[in-house]
Amino acid sequence: MARPLVQVKDIVVKYHSPEGETTALENISLDVFQGQFISIVGPSGCGKSTLLNVVAGLLEPTQGEVAINGRPVEGVSASVGYMPQTDQLFEWRSIWKNVILGLEVQNKLTAETRESVRQLLERYGLWEFRNAFPRQLSGGMRQRAALIRTLAIKPEILLLDEAFSALDYQTRLVVSDEVKKIISREGKTAILVTHDISEAISMADHVVVLTRRPGTIKSIHKIVLTCQEHTPIKCREAPEFRDYFNRIWKELDIHVQ
Amino acid sequence: MSNREQAISLSPEQAAYLRKVRRRKINIFLSQVLLLVTLLGIWELAAIVGWINPFITSQPSGILKTIVNLYNSGDLFLHIGVTVWETIVGFTLGTILGTIFAIILWWSEPLARVLDPYLVVLNSLPKVALGPIIIVWMGSGVSAIIVMALLVSVVVTILGVYAGFSQVDPDRVKLLKTFGASKGQILQKAVLPGSVPTIISALKINVGLSWVGVIVGEFLVSKAGLGYLAVYGGQVFRLNLVMTSVIILGVAAAIMYLAVVLLEKLFIRWQQ
Repeated sequence: MARPLVQVKDIVVKYHSPEGETTALENISLDVFQGQFISIVGPSGCGKSTLLNVVAGLLEPTQGEVAINGRPVEGVSASVGYMPQTDQLFEWRSIWKNVILGLEVQNKLTAETRESVRQLLERYGLWEFRNAFPRQLSGGMRQRAALIRTLAIKPEILLLDEAFSALDYQTRLVVSDEVKKIISREGKTAILVTHDISEAISMADHVVVLTRRPGTIKSIHKIVLTCQEHTPIKCREAPEFRDYFNRIWKELDIHVQ
Repeated sequence: MSNREQAISLSPEQAAYLRKVRRRKINIFLSQVLLLVTLLGIWELAAIVGWINPFITSQPSGILKTIVNLYNSGDLFLHIGVTVWETIVGFTLGTILGTIFAIILWWSEPLARVLDPYLVVLNSLPKVALGPIIIVWMGSGVSAIIVMALLVSVVVTILGVYAGFSQVDPDRVKLLKTFGASKGQILQKAVLPGSVPTIISALKINVGLSWVGVIVGEFLVSKAGLGYLAVYGGQVFRLNLVMTSVIILGVAAAIMYLAVVLLEKLFIRWQQ
């Protein structure tokens, strides 16, 4: 098998505070290959987002290392694109100015990169709205614009940090469908952190289940669903969906006190 | 819904409702004018009939006469101009310096922590108490008055704008960091433009505070201005002069506040 795109090797993350030391992640190892869509689920506070921060290079692990394309991650890597919980479009910038934000920050605004952003906007139906401001767009369109902003810097791997959790349920289904389509069409690799088991199963080809804190990998499920159209909404109708859901639900071992 | 849309599809009920809203607006305005006229009327009447002594309480006709005299001697706009100028310079400088200082605090969190108790003390201190020091240092001129106005507003601006900076969504900062943004870029792209509403609301507070600073400054040292007129009028027992300067001050302060509100509206429209 080819070399993994992302290699997470024996990561340990400890947080320090005057009250004491907290181990957020313990001995996490994970390989992500080119073109895969990985979902990470786990009980709240298990360190899902911490793991994402480590992969993004925003947080240095206490032990272990992350390598992207074989190169160890030191600081923020240009091959990583990050999608926050809310779209975080800047309300005082037009859609065009928003989607080129990353290129602007990296000083990579050239005729060539502008053209590729223009193509992305056209391909995903936002070109007519390039001069509009975020508040004039629907929730779904805003998410699409946020995704294009991330794709504009041509990352190899997308990190989605509970990326749809701020949307209402209906919009969320539609948006996750769209985002999944765009990511597969652009041939990107993605890691999605979510607390929504259905979302994890319907979007990903592998679901990683983390344990309660300190977070370790409990299991990895390869998701194979029989549905005609492989979109998150259709996938929810697949006969295997319930089995995956029940298995992961049991593994999460969530008790409401 | 915009007015135009309403005009196109105007049902009789909607038209009646709109008439009612307009009538209520007119009624409120008329009542406001009536209240002013009544108060002035009672004041004037009481002075004429002798219920009150106009030598101590002044009277509307006397105030009017004073304004006309000031206008004829050419002093009216001199005094207004001096005070308004001092106020504008004071609150503009207070806002700009306060914002710059807030940027420095945002830039260095350790510095912000070190300075925190000092800012708390400076904020609680009645800045007016610094008046004598300022006069000794700046001399008894316009600059002392402007420094007074600036001091009154600058600490509030620092605290307000810094709080605004700290409220920028951490996810937004994180997003910029994943693009590899430097601290300067985070400031320039997200923190400063996102804090413009906070800065404008600081401006609104500063207008009022600067008036306080300027008038106190004029009480202490000045040869012209509305504060000077009020103090001078009090010393020579010309209450008409005192009342006149207070009334002009009220009008000028209201106009300046409305100007800042207008600025805010223009900004919001531009932002949309």
